[in-house]
Amino acid sequence: MTKTVKLILVLSLIIIAIAVIPLLFINDSEFGGADGAAEEAVTAINPDYVPWFSSIIEPPGGETESLLFCLQAALGAGVFGFGFGYLVARKKFQKGA
Amino acid sequence: MMLQKRRIIFTLSLAVFLIFGSAGTASAMHIMEGYLPLNYCLIWGAVCIPFLILGVNSIRKTVENNRKALMILVMMGAYAFVLSALKIPSVTGSSSHPTGTGLGAILFGPTAMCVIGIIVLLFQAILLAHGGLTTLGANTFSMAIAGPFVAYGVYILCKRINVPKSVGIFLAASIGDLFTYCVTAFQLALAHPAEVGGFRASFVEFLGIFAVTQVPLAVIEGLLAVIVMKGLESYARPELTELRYFEGGI
Repeated sequence: MTKTVKLILVLSLIIIAIAVIPLLFINDSEFGGADGAAEEAVTAINPDYVPWFSSIIEPPGGETESLLFCLQAALGAGVFGFGFGYLVARKKFQKGA
Repeated sequence: MMLQKRRIIFTLSLAVFLIFGSAGTASAMHIMEGYLPLNYCLIWGAVCIPFLILGVNSIRKTVENNRKALMILVMMGAYAFVLSALKIPSVTGSSSHPTGTGLGAILFGPTAMCVIGIIVLLFQAILLAHGGLTTLGANTFSMAIAGPFVAYGVYILCKRINVPKSVGIFLAASIGDLFTYCVTAFQLALAHPAEVGGFRASFVEFLGIFAVTQVPLAVIEGLLAVIVMKGLESYARPELTELRYFEGGI
C-alpha cells in the first residue's frame, strides 16, 4: 500500500469511529436534529414568538423526507462519482500523464 | 500494481460517501422557516446579494478561463450536496450535518461557493422543509459565505506559514464548518435575545445547541476534505495545476 492509500484508510476509519461512538455511548437519545433543539430554545427564550411563515411544501412524513434526503445524497454522490471515475479512467488511458 | 493502488484510492474515497449516504433520519439543522423575524430575514438576504454577484462572476471566469477545471467545480458542488444531506449523530445526543462548502472554497475561492451553497439550500428549503425560504438569506450567509470565507482564510494562512498541505486542508474545512454553525447561533441569538442576560445569554444557549453538536462533525468534514484532496491530487493533477493548487510549495 502506498502512503496515500494508508492515510485514506486510517482517516476513513477515524471518520466512521467519530460517527458511531455517540450512538454506542448515548443510549437515551433519538439524535433529533439540532434545529429541533433550537426551536425549543427559541420558545423557551421568547414564549410569545410565533413562527410567521411555514414551509410551502412539507414532506407528508418521515419516509418521504428520507426519500428526498436520499435523493439529494444520491444525486451528489452520482455526479461526484462520475467525475472521479472520469478522472481515474483518463489517467489510466493517458500513459505518462 | 499502480493501477491496483489507484483503484484502491478511488474505492476508498467513494466508500466513505456510500457508508454515510445510507444513513438518513428526519431532522434538520439550518435556521427553521419562520423562526427569524422579517426584518432579520431581509437584512441577511441583502447582505448575501453582493457575495452572490461576486460568486456568479467568479464562476463565469472559471467557465471562460479554466474550462478544464469546470468539472472539478461541479464535483465540489456535488460534494456539498452529499455532505449537507448526511445527518450524523453527535456527542450532544443531537444530529447535525456537515456543510461541504469549505473544500470548494479552497480550490475556487470563497465566492464561488456562495452560488453552490444557495443551490443546496434552495433544494432543501423548497423540497425538504429543511431550513426555509424566509431564512434563506441567513442560512446562505452562514453556510455559503461565512463558512467558505473562513475556510479559505485558514487555508491561505496555513499556506503562508508553511503548514503541511493536508493539515491546512483539514483545518480549513473543519474550522469553516464549525464557524458556519457559530454564525447560525449568532443569528438566532441576535433575533431572539433572552429576557435575562439578553443577546449574550441567548448566544451561549444557541452555541451550546449548534456549535457543540458540530465539533465532531467538523472533524469529520476536515478529514473527508483531506481524503478527497488526496484523491484529486492523484487524478486531477492538470486541473489542480490550472487552479494553482500546487503553487506556493509543499
